[in-house]
Amino acid sequence: MAKIQLNGKKVVIKSNYSLLDLLKKYKLVNKKVAIEHNGVIIPKVNFKKKNLKNNDKIEIVHFIGGG
Amino acid sequence: MKKDILKVAGKLLKSRLIVGTGKYKSFSETAKAVEASGAEMVTVAVRRVNILDKKKPLLTDYLNPKKIIFLPNTAGCFNSDEALRTLRLAREMGGWKLVKLEVLGDKKTLYPNMLETINSTKILAREGFKVMVYCTDDPLLAKKLEDNGASAIMPLASPIGSGLGIQNKVNISLIIKQSKVPVIVDAGIGTASDATIAMELGCDGVLINSAIANAKKPILMAKAFRDAVISGRNSYLAGRMKKIFFASASSPTKGLI
Repeated sequence: MAKIQLNGKKVVIKSNYSLLDLLKKYKLVNKKVAIEHNGVIIPKVNFKKKNLKNNDKIEIVHFIGGG
Repeated sequence: MKKDILKVAGKLLKSRLIVGTGKYKSFSETAKAVEASGAEMVTVAVRRVNILDKKKPLLTDYLNPKKIIFLPNTAGCFNSDEALRTLRLAREMGGWKLVKLEVLGDKKTLYPNMLETINSTKILAREGFKVMVYCTDDPLLAKKLEDNGASAIMPLASPIGSGLGIQNKVNISLIIKQSKVPVIVDAGIGTASDATIAMELGCDGVLINSAIANAKKPILMAKAFRDAVISGRNSYLAGRMKKIFFASASSPTKGLI
């Protein structure tokens, strides 16, 4: 188990959870999103191998309507 | 006649109208308005995914970035760091380097902070971004942006979302005359005729959001803007008659009975 902060909210995940697993959990695989892991942007190709640790701060963003 | 194409930031556009995708009642209405406008480029914002509601529809379910050019913006950013962070995320998300930079300076007027804007433009251009830049209508600052690598100059007509139309036609004209990159009036356009005026001044394009989204019938207004921009552009290309301060009869006097 690990506690992470996802988009400003506390979330508990299993151990050895990757960014790709996180996207699966929120049904965001193959959607246009970008991820910041502790302030660093992670390229899509590394989503699978990037494992999450306790206290990690994750931001998942997407495009919304705007002017 | 040669086709009138707008070349901006490496993209070729048949339509000189760019539309924003904010403030609509639903994504369905957004998509319909975009289609009615004939725009080939739309602005989008970058925000956190709502992790509490997995079923919430996404904008990209309604507008396909493969069919329409997405121009990610930095709306809501009040300093260079926030803007750069947002656009680097947008680049990773979309896989393209075309962006609209806006660094705001004041919450009430949403006027751009030009010092931070110029600084951010410089950094983004160096990183290979194609930066279309929201700015004040000051010709000197607009020139600074161009010198620092802006791909398009986007002066405000009046404050964002105000609908007040073009407040300083002289400045917009000065910016048009001096710029080698496209000039696209952004922000403050209130109704279709405002867009025509911008195009008649010689703007390369206009960016509209609130004037369409806040109309009573947004889809009809989107069509109105499509036609207004075409009319204004044609009027500019046709070259208006000279203004004179006396009457000049349209019918000949010869043969008068």
